[in-house]
Amino acid sequence: MRILGMLKADADTEAGKPPSKDLIERMGAFIEEVTKAGVIVATDGLHPSSRGKRVRLADGKFTVIDGPFTESKELVASYALFQVKTMDEAVHWTKRFLEVLGRGECELRPIFEAEHFSPEVLTPAERAREEATRRAMKRDAEPPPTRR
Amino acid sequence: MTATDTHRAIEAVFRIEQARLIAGLARMVRDVGLAEELAQDALVVALEQWPRSGIPDRPGAWLMAAARNRAIDRLRRARLVERKHQELGRELEADAAAAAPDLDAALDDDIGDDLLRLMFTACHPVLTMEARVALTLRLLGGLTTEEIARGFLLPEATIAQRIVRAKRTLAEKRVPFEVPRGEALAERLGSVLGVIYLVFNEGYAATVGENWVRPQLCEEALRLGRILAELAPAQPEVHGLVALMEIQASRLKARVGPGGEPILLLDQDRGRWDRLLIRRGLAALERALALGGPPGPYLLQAEIAACHARAPRAADTDWARIAALYAALARLSPSPVVELNRAVAVAMAEGPAAGLALVDALVQQPALRGYHLLPGVRGDLLFKLGRLEEARAEFERAAALSRNEPERRLLLQRADACRPAR
Repeated sequence: MRILGMLKADADTEAGKPPSKDLIERMGAFIEEVTKAGVIVATDGLHPSSRGKRVRLADGKFTVIDGPFTESKELVASYALFQVKTMDEAVHWTKRFLEVLGRGECELRPIFEAEHFSPEVLTPAERAREEATRRAMKRDAEPPPTRR
Repeated sequence: MTATDTHRAIEAVFRIEQARLIAGLARMVRDVGLAEELAQDALVVALEQWPRSGIPDRPGAWLMAAARNRAIDRLRRARLVERKHQELGRELEADAAAAAPDLDAALDDDIGDDLLRLMFTACHPVLTMEARVALTLRLLGGLTTEEIARGFLLPEATIAQRIVRAKRTLAEKRVPFEVPRGEALAERLGSVLGVIYLVFNEGYAATVGENWVRPQLCEEALRLGRILAELAPAQPEVHGLVALMEIQASRLKARVGPGGEPILLLDQDRGRWDRLLIRRGLAALERALALGGPPGPYLLQAEIAACHARAPRAADTDWARIAALYAALARLSPSPVVELNRAVAVAMAEGPAAGLALVDALVQQPALRGYHLLPGVRGDLLFKLGRLEEARAEFERAAALSRNEPERRLLLQRADACRPAR
């Protein structure tokens, strides 16, 4: 399953305060470790909200507002897209991430993937049909790859 | 945190640490089966203690220490007189007496190598392919026997037996716990990559709406591939396989229609292709190419997949390049199936007549006698050349060979389309 982890902004990230050399080093080591575990699909830092915009549509009217936005607790400073087996794994890695930072708050949200939300129990007929299709696709998928 | 929350958190930590734990232990006790048991023992201790003491800062090191202690206990209790085991026992005791900080450092240095050793051992050619797959998913993937069984639509007992026999074979044949060197490395690496790709295809062939373990196989294969890419970054074929899997996985949501019918690549809605995975696949491809050297089969297949991934629409596909890549692949691992795919690409690049010439040469090959895609392809090319009667015969032949209902219906529709309009 995929989970989006978002680090909440704080006064320092909003001020665009550059990280210390020590933090850069420790974070680099952590990113390397989490990459080696094969669980991060994408990760990026975001510029402070002073570089951002908000777009709103209400009552048929658009409003575009320039940052900075004051409620820094609700802003996002960086994100990581996890590919893990369970939410608990994402929580574990997020704890390790926050340990490197020393403090902070992250929000984790599972990404909507329709197939994963209905673990159905197959009837025998469905199972037979699925197995036949599976075998056919597997036959066609054997190296070299087919056009499927 | 409730007791259940804690328990689940501990399970998650164990799933994350398990493979490296088993790998480190396997190097010490030189037996993969024993290493797994010791790892399980450590988990039991963790489940007893951590709810009270909290999850330790370095759970991997904690589990390793707990496993070592269990190993020493076992050896003592077994009162083994064999010299080797006595020495081993002494080694373990000496290590356990070492200061904890040293333990952490030593663990970090060796873990990468140990994990690689475990991968090569679990995929050892002395085991059958099925055994390699089951053992790899168990030891490196951390899947339960039940999950593996459901992934492959087999009884749990069958998988359990495969794993037991695999461990026994490794012990009996005294398979050394090591990363192969020199010439052996390329061949043995091929075995590891083959296992990972087989797991991937097993998951990829699953249709939507059935049990959730199947897409998990793709995810697991991708994860193992990505890990291997970091453990063996100088191996272009590893990056080639990762690139191939990332790009293939990008099509997971587009390959099955609403009725569960398979949708051919050229007919897929490319808006449903996962561009993030495509980007990762192309990046992995770059890593492989940057290493230089003659391209291997996985790299070539990845390049072919990349050609499709780069085309915004089917009509934009660089078929000439794909044809050339299949030709290169045919030189490396010649097979009638590769030739057939090359014929399709040539037909798209140079016109149906050129493709038909290649396909006609293949019709004679005994290996392709029952291969339903062959008459299907021939039918398609004949149809494009306006030779409708012959095309219809081929589509009907293909439909008869197909064992897949939606596909059969599609082929019969194509046969019908060959009839002259009234």
